[in-house]
Amino acid sequence: MKKLSMRERYNLLTRDLDWTPSYVDPAEVYPFSRYEGIKIHDWDAWEDPFRLTVDAYAKYQAEKDKRLYAVLDSFAQSQGHLGISDASYLNAMKLFLQGVTKLEYAAHRHFAYLARHLDGPGPRFAALCQSLDELRHAQTQIHTLSNYNKYYEGFHSWPKMHDRVWYLSVPKSFFDDAMTAGPFEFLTAISFSFEYLLTNLLFVPFMSGASFNGDLPTMTFGFSAQSDESRHMTLGLEVIKFLLEQDEANVPIVQGWIDKWFWRGHRLNALVAQMMDYMLPKKVMSWKEAFELYFEQQMMQGLFPDLAYYGITPPRHVEHAILEKDIVSHQTYWVLKQFTFAAAFHTWEVDDDSMAWLSAQYPDTFDTYFKPRLLKSREQAANGMHSYFLGLPQLCQVCQIPMLFTEPGDPTTICFRHREYKGETYHMCSDGCQWIFDREPEKYIQAWLPVHQIYLGNCGGPSVPEVLSWYGVEEGVDNHPYEVSPDRKSWDEWHAAAGVAGK
Amino acid sequence: MTTAVRLCGVDLQETESTRAIVEAIEADNPEITVRHVPGLVKIQSVNPVVIKRESVEARLGRPWETHEFQMAIVSYAGHIAEWDDDEIVIKWEH
Repeated sequence: MKKLSMRERYNLLTRDLDWTPSYVDPAEVYPFSRYEGIKIHDWDAWEDPFRLTVDAYAKYQAEKDKRLYAVLDSFAQSQGHLGISDASYLNAMKLFLQGVTKLEYAAHRHFAYLARHLDGPGPRFAALCQSLDELRHAQTQIHTLSNYNKYYEGFHSWPKMHDRVWYLSVPKSFFDDAMTAGPFEFLTAISFSFEYLLTNLLFVPFMSGASFNGDLPTMTFGFSAQSDESRHMTLGLEVIKFLLEQDEANVPIVQGWIDKWFWRGHRLNALVAQMMDYMLPKKVMSWKEAFELYFEQQMMQGLFPDLAYYGITPPRHVEHAILEKDIVSHQTYWVLKQFTFAAAFHTWEVDDDSMAWLSAQYPDTFDTYFKPRLLKSREQAANGMHSYFLGLPQLCQVCQIPMLFTEPGDPTTICFRHREYKGETYHMCSDGCQWIFDREPEKYIQAWLPVHQIYLGNCGGPSVPEVLSWYGVEEGVDNHPYEVSPDRKSWDEWHAAAGVAGK
Repeated sequence: MTTAVRLCGVDLQETESTRAIVEAIEADNPEITVRHVPGLVKIQSVNPVVIKRESVEARLGRPWETHEFQMAIVSYAGHIAEWDDDEIVIKWEH
């Protein structure tokens, strides 16, 4: 029998297995795809450039997993953890496991829902594949990083931490916001704004950083996940084009979602920015360069001219995001460093080599605004004092990040915005977050803000030790500066002249 | 480093098996720029980027179906305008 072409196989195995319900109204079969006001006239117009069929999917995913698990095995067997650049590097991985892995699982759940509830077979099958991908990502991240849990602190209790710890409410609330939206807003939020517009900034330079820092397993799971990610990016772009082509009335709805979710994603990336610039002992690329390459060049100059054809403009407040590329990593790391005593990862003083690199990467801002206080902090640390902020920070009602961002174009003035709503005052960190609050105040007044919850008595008790215990953070082990951590002590022992074997 | 040129492109894993793909892309798309960062090969172009099955097979010395490109791709910029049995084309549409 003649081998079928990709196109024929895709039509037979993906599209032709669908049928049109005749005993019940399609609106009853797919009850969630109409209430957002999106108008779809022809689901068959959906395009899947990957032309993926279930057999090809299974074949290549199995191959990806085989390659990854071979790497995990040899890394564990050869005591690969001793060959990473420095144990401090693993703090980036703790943050990743605590912040991102449960998002992968949440994505798995929500794409399974979309695989049932979208009307067309093309997008349903794409959502089904993505649901399985996201489960694979969660599992491979857990497997990969569990090896470090044998030797280093802070890799335990990450699912509990994700639900409870203050800085982790930033990624958690981001995803909860998307999952509680309708199906098309979710697709615009996650598949388009996050996967297509911004995910390159999370995964690509970061996994390159893992490669450069000797973390072979993370690099491998990262690139393995990212190979699925390029399919997810395609889904994101196809969703947008499909919605825009189906009906002109969809354009302003989609534009509003792009405006909202670009800014939501941009705020989430503040955590990534500081990881890249401060938490990688060997630097690959600055946050600023990655932002210019993957966002300004590829999206602003590449994608948005394409979308202009449909009447879509670049996201609202993008000019503020661009201004922040020079400052966001420094401001975020500084605040996390001040709250290290309440975190499940370590921060550390910035050494001369790293400062020289930061000065070179950020010639307009680092020496003027950020280096002096880092030098001061280092001087204090040498005298046994940590520059901690002993209090609870005010959080932005929308992104839930402490109010650390500054007025556009003025890196020395903290940006405060607020709104009165039904007799209460709500605080926002930026024009972007305020605009998002104003669109849906009833949604954001329900936010679970970690600081408020502590004050309400919902987080284990009123004192820092009680809250840390409720978080699952072990005092003196998981928190405080890397310089005084058990991880540092173990690392030094393992690398002493007659290095003792790992515990 | 931002430029006014509109670039599309693709990022690939830096591995032994993708080296043949990169060489094939270089041969078929003479105007591309190739940048190596740890673990990664970044290909950018002002024109559409075309990946041809025959060119990849000639360098690999074995059959290669275009689906296998999924094993190499990390990310891309542009729109996947074509992905059939013989070639993959990445470009901006409008």
